[in-house]
This record gives sequence, structure tokens and C-alpha cells, in this order.
Amino acid sequence: MKELLELYLIFVKIGSVNFGGGYAMLPLLERELVTERGWVTTEELMDYFAIGQCTPGIIALNVSTFIGNKRKGVAGGITASIGFLTVPILIILLIAAFLTNFAELPVVKNAFAGIRVCVCVLILQAVERLWSKAVVDKRTLVLYLVIFALAAFSAYLPVSLPAAVLVIGAGVFGIFFGKAGDKK
Amino acid sequence: MIYLQLFLAFFKTGLFAVGGGLATLPFLYEISDTYHWFSHGDIADMIAISESTPGAIGINMSTYAGYITGGVPGGIIATLGLGTPCVIIILVIARILKKFKDNPYVEKAFYGLRAASIAMISAAGINVAKIALFNLPAFQETGSLLQLFAWKAILLALILYFAMKKVKLHPIAFIGISALVGILFHFGGV
Repeated sequence: MKELLELYLIFVKIGSVNFGGGYAMLPLLERELVTERGWVTTEELMDYFAIGQCTPGIIALNVSTFIGNKRKGVAGGITASIGFLTVPILIILLIAAFLTNFAELPVVKNAFAGIRVCVCVLILQAVERLWSKAVVDKRTLVLYLVIFALAAFSAYLPVSLPAAVLVIGAGVFGIFFGKAGDKK
Repeated sequence: MIYLQLFLAFFKTGLFAVGGGLATLPFLYEISDTYHWFSHGDIADMIAISESTPGAIGINMSTYAGYITGGVPGGIIATLGLGTPCVIIILVIARILKKFKDNPYVEKAFYGLRAASIAMISAAGINVAKIALFNLPAFQETGSLLQLFAWKAILLALILYFAMKKVKLHPIAFIGISALVGILFHFGGV
């Protein structure tokens, strides 16, 4: 019970500062779960994000469920997800009830313009840290560059592939051209 | 039975929206057209709110739609409806993965998946940077390169980058500091 409560509180914390989309939670998860607690490895986090990208649902919830499940089974998976949802639900209920012009308030606009800068830098540093674990040879470098270009600049390209297709494609590429045994 | 309807409508969204927040949008428009719980304008407002709150757009929209149709319990039930399929699917996948963890094909698939994962993370970073560090609308209007860069934001980004290397504060601390800097120096331009 105590462990479930701890799990819940960690995800309440992560859910309350997860600005900028599912992938922005990665630096927070790294800090809370890899560095401070050693519950999961960075490789596992990357795997969870890849699977979360090509399975249905909100990526942040997929990743929360994975981590909770690894720690405390089915109950853990549910607890972590509910923890993640707690603060966003409260915030939207408050906004819907009292602050319908929330996003237009100058103080909110300015604060979030600042937060977005921080999220960019946090993501950049997470990529730097993860790089050597995912991009291990020339093939993975090419794969990275292709997927990055297709995902980041899809608006300027003649073809636009859904992210799930890109991720599944990378998995198939791995099955045909990957090496087993040297990772994980 | 509005609660059951809410739960099911958002359950369907959670079950079929693959690929995160924005993937829920087409489903939200469909719910709006079918049930009229919220308007297309509400969806546009919620995109703005989702950029200024921690939650994902799908989560926020389900809470909001549930609240306006069924009060506080409605908000909670709709959001749980959205989350339930994600949780079930991942619990099943986690179980299967555990069984096949040492299968060479699974290991090889992850060799590709990890590269994809970090590529998607980088792309997410670029998408945030486009709004945070650049000022595309002003550039398109004036055509002046000086207008393209949000100079204050770029300066903050550089300072944060080196500060994070030097000081090992919790990311939440840096997020809080950046919010304050944004307010003090009017990063939003208002």
C-alpha cells in the first residue's frame, strides 16, 4: 500500500508539471525514476515511449501505465495513470468553472512563453543523454535522421506519414537489419 | 444515462486515437458533431488552454466536455473513459513483452524502436522550439530576419542550457524559474 501511494504521488507530481506534450515528461521521468529511485532504466523509458507512440491512447498515460505495471503489477499501472490524471482534471474543472478566459490572461501567456523555452532545453538535454543508447551505429543514425526529418518537418514535405507508421516501420527495420544481444 | 454516454464516447477516442494528443482531435470533432456537448470553437479554445496547462489536449477536452454536460462527476467519468483503453492495452502489451523479452526478434525490433523513439523526442523538441524561440507570424508579416528570432527567449534558452549542465536542480525548479522570467520580461508579448 505504501509503495502504491508513493507511485501515485510521483505521478501526481509529474502530471502537474508535464507541460508541452507526452515527450516533455521524459526529463521528469528520468530524474524521478532513473536517477533518484533506479526503478527503470533509460532504455526501458525509450522503449515505453516507442510503444506508446504506436498504441492507442494518450502517450503520457501509456508510459505511466508501463512504469506503474513494472513496479507494482496491474494495480501499479492503474495507480500511476490515475496519479498522472489527477492534477490535469482538477485544473480543467477549475478553469471550466471559474476561468473561461484562462488562456488569454497576460500573466498566463507570459508564464507559458517562458515555460516553453525551458521545455525545449529540457528535451534537448534529454536527447543528448539518450543519444548514445539509441544511436549505436551507422544504421541507427540513418534511421534516426530519416524519422526525425519526416516527423519534424512533415508540414514542408510532400508526404506526411502518421507517427505510428514511422515507429512501426522502425521496428520492422530493426527486425530485418538489427542486431540482437548487444542491447538490453 | 449521460454519464454512460460520456464514458463510451471518450472510451472510443482513447481506443482509436493512435499517436498522442493531437491524434484525438478528429475524434473530438466527431463527438462535437454527434452529441453537441461542445462546439468546434470550444475545441480551438481547449487547444490554447492545453498549451498553457500540464494536461494533454485529449485529457483536457474530455474533462471539459464531461463537466459542461454532467458537472464534476461528468468531467471525471469522461476522463476515465478516455484513459481506460490506454491502461488496458498497455497492461496486456506489458505482459506479452515480459514473455518475449529475450526473443531475438523482439530485441531486434527494439534496436530500431529506440532510434525511432529518440527521433520522435527530437521532433517534439523542434515543434516546441518553433513556437518558443521563433516568431514566425511576425516574420511572415514583415519579412525581416531580425523579427524571426525571439531574442529574449533564445537568450533564456542559452542560459538555461548551461545552468542545467552546471547545477543539478530538479527540472521542476527550472520550469518554475522560466515561468517567472517569462512573467517578469513579458515573454508572451503582453
